Amino acid sequence: MSDLGWIVPTALTVIGAMVPLMLAGLGELVAERSGVLNLGVEGMMLVGAVAGFGATVFLGDGHAGVLAAALAGAASACLFGVLTIGLLANQVASGLALTLFGIGLSAALGAGFVGMPVDRLPRLDLPGLSDIPVIGPILFGHDLLVYIAFLSVPAIHFFLYRSHAGLVLRAVGENPDAARAMGYPVRTIRLAAVAFGGAMAGLGGAYLSLAHTPMWAEGMTAGRGWIALALVVFASWLPGRLAIGAALFGAVTILQFHAQGIGVGIPSQFLSMLPYLATIAVLVILSSRTGRNSLDAPRALGRIFDPGH
Amino acid sequence: MRIRIEKRPEATPLWQWGAPVMALILSLVLGIILFSSLGFHPLEALYAFFIGPISNAWGMGELVNKATPIMLCATGLMIGFRANVWNIGAEGQFLIGALAAGALGLAFWEEDHVWLVPAMALAGILGGMLWALPPAVFKTRFGANEILTSLMLVYVASLTLDWAVRGPLKDPDGFNFPESRIFHDAATIPNITDTSPVGWETVVALIALGIVWFILSRTAAGFRLRLAGASAKAAAFAGVDQKAMVIATLLIGGGFAGLAGAFEVSGTIGQLTPFVAQKYGFTAIIVAFLGRLHPVGVLLSSLLIALTYLGGEAVQIDLGLPKAIAEVFQGFLLFSLLGCTIFATHRIRILTGDAR
Repeated sequence: MSDLGWIVPTALTVIGAMVPLMLAGLGELVAERSGVLNLGVEGMMLVGAVAGFGATVFLGDGHAGVLAAALAGAASACLFGVLTIGLLANQVASGLALTLFGIGLSAALGAGFVGMPVDRLPRLDLPGLSDIPVIGPILFGHDLLVYIAFLSVPAIHFFLYRSHAGLVLRAVGENPDAARAMGYPVRTIRLAAVAFGGAMAGLGGAYLSLAHTPMWAEGMTAGRGWIALALVVFASWLPGRLAIGAALFGAVTILQFHAQGIGVGIPSQFLSMLPYLATIAVLVILSSRTGRNSLDAPRALGRIFDPGH
Repeated sequence: MRIRIEKRPEATPLWQWGAPVMALILSLVLGIILFSSLGFHPLEALYAFFIGPISNAWGMGELVNKATPIMLCATGLMIGFRANVWNIGAEGQFLIGALAAGALGLAFWEEDHVWLVPAMALAGILGGMLWALPPAVFKTRFGANEILTSLMLVYVASLTLDWAVRGPLKDPDGFNFPESRIFHDAATIPNITDTSPVGWETVVALIALGIVWFILSRTAAGFRLRLAGASAKAAAFAGVDQKAMVIATLLIGGGFAGLAGAFEVSGTIGQLTPFVAQKYGFTAIIVAFLGRLHPVGVLLSSLLIALTYLGGEAVQIDLGLPKAIAEVFQGFLLFSLLGCTIFATHRIRILTGDAR
């Protein structure tokens, strides 16, 4: 048993790195499937992180914090939705605006939380199952957000490919004019998808401020919102592949820790660059497969739907 | 009652410039709501935010100083945004420009050369262009999204700067603080007069903006750029080389951001520290949009955004508010503008009763 002692901590580190990316990435995947490109993921994660932290501090309950983070993320996404879906503003510009606004708003709201301790989000052990050696702690010894992240993969896959509502959502993302002609409320569906994406990004942020490192720091998402956006492209807009992509990033994180632990003569800053360089490498490799990726993208992605024309 | 949005047959020129004005008014209203909800007298708070910082000549100089790097970055970004090339990594290009210029200045430490400041500016431009090159190559060669690649490089740049000031460029007599030596006089840009903090870099930045204005509005290159932004098909039909356009606009954006970084360290800060990173490269995105991708607009909006920074610092001192209020306000401005843009192309009709 002792030879395998590294398995559990390694698996837990990978899972810890995966969860925020999965939550935010899956939410964005659903939004993009409806045809809306929301570049505000980083901002929504930060707003979720600070809202979750604040609610936990004031209400003394981590799960209230989780709920607050989802609501705050959804609310910021709705702001983006009103601009792009209601007022037909440019999606790229509005998404960037949301990210910059989220960075500023979370810093302003969180100024009083810096250095404040908070109880880690409680572990929900499943009686009996969590005690199984190795498998128990890896599969059943987690907090609520880890379970949500992993159960969302099959749930969203089922929703998109096995339910009528999911079919309509994909139709709106492929051809909004046709969907509208069939009587579907294109703008309402898109707003709902965007709000869901925001709620998931909020949860991803809350995982960082309540579980991964239970504290608040300005800009603590450190680009994970952008990596989540890259993962959606990597996943060709498929939930299962997004989880695989997140696991690969978890593995990069492990690599970084191990290299630091062994003390190879590489300055720590260069090891910290790995996730960002890996994201670039993945994007380049994927995109070079001669336009394959652009075929997978929802056809109306990023295009403004103008019902008044 | 129903609200309907109808497309105008033609965009109205009035709203082109009316939208930013309306956005400003809307943001002020949001600011009043924000300050009142925090328990401050809204007009006093707005005065402390917007008027207090520039109520004397020195304050005006500080404003111009603050606006200069933001305007330089936004000038470069505006060119790319016009052609739908989304370089959002100006912050990283700014930092590498600062690092390149600073390293050169430190390499000739305590040596008196007249060419040192111009050479540092050039190093900054080259550093910024170098940092914009990978997104340009990945975009044109492999079709990789430049938004994500340029953004990822911001984190790589900031870690590189952090490594440099803790490693090779660390001040040997600096008690192990993560900062370089303070540049000697020949590596710093002098102020224009003794009575104002404005340095010569502002003059250079304004000349650069003027040149860009001329190129954009008076030359064929400016026309091709606008064509590429309006319709990729039309541009291709007119013989515009899309790939060359992407590479050129990214490199120009990187060069401007790198120059701004060089000016920031040799004109304002006077040494390399991790605090060179003040998110000017990100703020410049707001400035470019707020200025409607027009040189005159960029000039005005960079002053406005610089004022929000000074205002944020002022309310931090006067009212004890976090200075990130500045970024919240910048968000208000940009959101309001994005929301108001629709009035240029669409008409909002409010239909009452059964009338359809």
